[in-house]
Amino acid sequence: MKIAITSTQNIPESTFDLRFGRASYFCIYNTENNSVEFIDNENINANSGAGIKAAEKVIELGVSRVISGDFGPKAKDLLDKFKIQMVMLDDDSQTISSIIKQLNK
Amino acid sequence: MPRRRRLRKIVAPPGFKGYKPYGHRPNSKMVELLYEEYEAIKLADYDLLNQLEASKLMGISRATFARIYESARRKIAEALVETKEIKTVYGNAHMDENWYVCNQCHARFNLPDPTTASCCPMCKSDEINNIITND
Repeated sequence: MKIAITSTQNIPESTFDLRFGRASYFCIYNTENNSVEFIDNENINANSGAGIKAAEKVIELGVSRVISGDFGPKAKDLLDKFKIQMVMLDDDSQTISSIIKQLNK
Repeated sequence: MPRRRRLRKIVAPPGFKGYKPYGHRPNSKMVELLYEEYEAIKLADYDLLNQLEASKLMGISRATFARIYESARRKIAEALVETKEIKTVYGNAHMDENWYVCNQCHARFNLPDPTTASCCPMCKSDEINNIITND
C-alpha cells in the first residue's frame, strides 16, 4: 500500500507540512518494500485549484492513504470519490521519519 | 452528570491555523478560538445571517448560537487588547459524516472502505470515536 505524506522538504528528516494542495513535497511511502520517494509539488504557487491538482496527482500515483494537516472541500470530494483515506494530524513539529515509524508500530 | 454537548456543524474549517500580532512587546500569550466560534463569527458577521438562521445551519439552538458567538467575540477582543495570538482549535465541531477521531493520537480520519478493520491509521489503536452527526 502506498501512503502519501505532505512534507516541507525532500529528505526524511524534514517536518510534516500541514497544507495539502500547497505542500512543498509529497512523500510517497510504500509499505510493501519500505521505500520512500519524494515528489515535487508543482502546484505550490498555483493561483487556484492547487488542492484538486494535488488530489489528482496522488490518485495517479495510486496512493490509498493521504496524511496531511487539512484538506480543502474540493480535494476532499475528489479523494472521497476515489476512496482514498484521508488522515489529518495537528502537530506540524513531527518529521516524516517519525510519522513513518509510527505507521510501522 | 452534565448533558452531553451537541456537536456544532461547521461548513469548512478556518483557512488558517491562527493569527499573530506584530510590533508588540514579545509575549507568548495565546487565546484558543474553537472552530465553532470561528464558524459563528463567519455566519453572523460575514454571511450576515441572523442568529436563528445561523443556528439552524449549525444544528444548534438559537440560544446556544448566541453563547458561542458571544464567546468568540470576547476571545477576539481579548486577543486584540492583550496582544495575544489567536490559535484555532478543533473544539466541539464536526464537518462531515464518516469522520473519526482517535482517542490516543488525536488523528482525524475517514474510513472510505467500510470492510477494512476500523482502527486508527496512525497508531492502530481501536479506541476511535465517530465524529457523530446530530440528525
